[in-house]
Amino acid sequence: MDTKRRKFLKMAGASVLAGIGAPAIVKLSTKDAVAAGGGHGAAKASHGGGHGAEESSGVRLGMVIDMRKFYDNQGMLDKAIESCYRVHNTPKIDNPKSEIKWIWKTGYGNAFPEKSHNHRSHTVHESSFPVLCNHCDNPSCVKACPTKATFVVEKNGIVAMDFHRCIGCRFCMAACPYGARSFNWEDPRPHIDKPYNADFPTRMRGVVEKCNFCGERLALGQEPACVEACKGTGAIVFGDLNDPKSEVRKVLDSEFTIQRKPSAGTKPSVFYIV
Amino acid sequence: MIEKTLKGKPAYWIWLAVLGTFIAVGAACYIRQYMFGLGLTGMSRDVSWGLYISQFTFLVGVAAGGLMLVLPYYIHNYKAFGRITILGEFLAISALVMCLMFIMADLGQPLRGLNVIFFATPYSMLFWDMCVLWGYLLLNLLCGWVILTAERKQVPPPKWIYVFVAISIPFAVSIHTVTAMLYCGLPGRHFWLSAIIAPRFLASAFAAGPSLILIACLIMRKYANFDAGKEAIQKLTTIIMYAVIINTFFFLLEFFVGYYSEVPGHIHSLEYLFFGLEHDGHVYNNLVPFMWTSVVFNFTGLGILAYMKIAKVFDYRLVGASAVLIFLALWADKGLGFVFGGFVPNPLEEVTEYIPTMNELGITLGIWATGFFLMTLFYKIAIGVEHEVEA
Repeated sequence: MDTKRRKFLKMAGASVLAGIGAPAIVKLSTKDAVAAGGGHGAAKASHGGGHGAEESSGVRLGMVIDMRKFYDNQGMLDKAIESCYRVHNTPKIDNPKSEIKWIWKTGYGNAFPEKSHNHRSHTVHESSFPVLCNHCDNPSCVKACPTKATFVVEKNGIVAMDFHRCIGCRFCMAACPYGARSFNWEDPRPHIDKPYNADFPTRMRGVVEKCNFCGERLALGQEPACVEACKGTGAIVFGDLNDPKSEVRKVLDSEFTIQRKPSAGTKPSVFYIV
Repeated sequence: MIEKTLKGKPAYWIWLAVLGTFIAVGAACYIRQYMFGLGLTGMSRDVSWGLYISQFTFLVGVAAGGLMLVLPYYIHNYKAFGRITILGEFLAISALVMCLMFIMADLGQPLRGLNVIFFATPYSMLFWDMCVLWGYLLLNLLCGWVILTAERKQVPPPKWIYVFVAISIPFAVSIHTVTAMLYCGLPGRHFWLSAIIAPRFLASAFAAGPSLILIACLIMRKYANFDAGKEAIQKLTTIIMYAVIINTFFFLLEFFVGYYSEVPGHIHSLEYLFFGLEHDGHVYNNLVPFMWTSVVFNFTGLGILAYMKIAKVFDYRLVGASAVLIFLALWADKGLGFVFGGFVPNPLEEVTEYIPTMNELGITLGIWATGFFLMTLFYKIAIGVEHEVEA
């Protein structure tokens, strides 16, 4: 299974790099997705009572976060976060006002305010949940951006950022229903752990940033940093949501999962098993 | 006509000097912010828009408010507004310049501002806001200047200008509608996600704009030998009164929806603004005094206006007091509460309060002073021309 996934990621990554191979893989996956949709897949994709079923074509990367693996191993969560921050030269600013967050820990009630209620289990109540950009299929941040500095990568569905085009208007921060975006209120470089990761750019002040699903690592055939940090545990499963044979789809097809704020209509690509 | 700004009484020059001082302080503060970044403001990851965007939002309304003079005069041929319609157009220009300055002050990368044009994105409401704001600014510059020039030469304005006057009317509505759409189209921000936002913005704009013109008229009546005329003033107070009533009605509807349905998302921001929001044992309430002051000013101003209508009295001091109260009430409502309240709680239901820094206040005051500076110069020209014609 693992080798198969790696193979897929390599293909996806290579296609991102080359651009030429892309149509082939997109076409391949589209065919699969359509085939699935024609059968039993259509009903599965709908999260409501049947209205507004999610139908997208092409590769749509997403992940399942299996909290059962994290409840007894919260240290692994810290490892995943640390790995992400190191890989992306994410500054660590103590002041919560100016904090930069890509993937971070929060309470169940904060991650899922609409599903929050009294009398939840002690485990859920006391554990930290990882939250990050949901790489939505219908991202409100992308709609808001006046310069297309944040956009959906057509080849894989990642919601990406162009740090050089962003004008820093922060409309995307107001538009994101998940609070996934951070703004560089000051020069971030003094706050980055040295040495820098030379394979990923640092940011300048005045631009917005967020999780990028490790698009740059996928292009090299590597897994996202947080996924790699939890390797072998199945705590975070990553792959193409539109490919019925992908590992992530197998998990989604067999387990009950929830999304953050599905009512916002953004169609998040990050799922949780609570 | 610009030469009219170069001659004035000492009070005129002192006023300009005071404004100039604020502008200089604001410029210095902006240079500091430009060097360091927006970290010099009180804005945060959770309250990512602050005074700049809230002032922008309020001032778009002030600019659109000029419509309440243009519409009766040009479309309904209401002659009593003949002397002051130009004031509405010049107010719109000053307010729009402030709007654009506030936007620039708010950008993290101001030098990339033109990216909005280079990479024009029609599905972003910010793109359309830029289009209508610039459109309305240029229309007002054109109409104001051509009509004033004609007045000076004592000839009727050219016929073609009325085409642009007519276009400027839907533009005035559009600038505030599109500004409302910046907010009311965002999923996950319950306080803003309401179809009443655009109508409420327009109602409050049609009160705030004329209130400011009214205040300016009363000041100029006292210091600049310019009388707008009692009929025009009275009509303005009627317009303001109805606009305030409609705005208040719309706002109370928000209260009903929130507190009767008891849907948490509809209550949280109102709770934060008016009563203080409790979160993890701490009550967050730094906007509560402003909001209740706004309520008191709103109803007092409305009461004075209603009293004058019902008792059929007319007193310039009462007119002035009501206009000032209503302007401040609407400023606190839209220029503070609306924007800051929308960010509380944040999407993860945490609470961060916003307190502007001194540097931020310096820039904000500097931009307001720039607007008043421009408005003073424009009004000086307009009055100068009227005096010249009368002489």
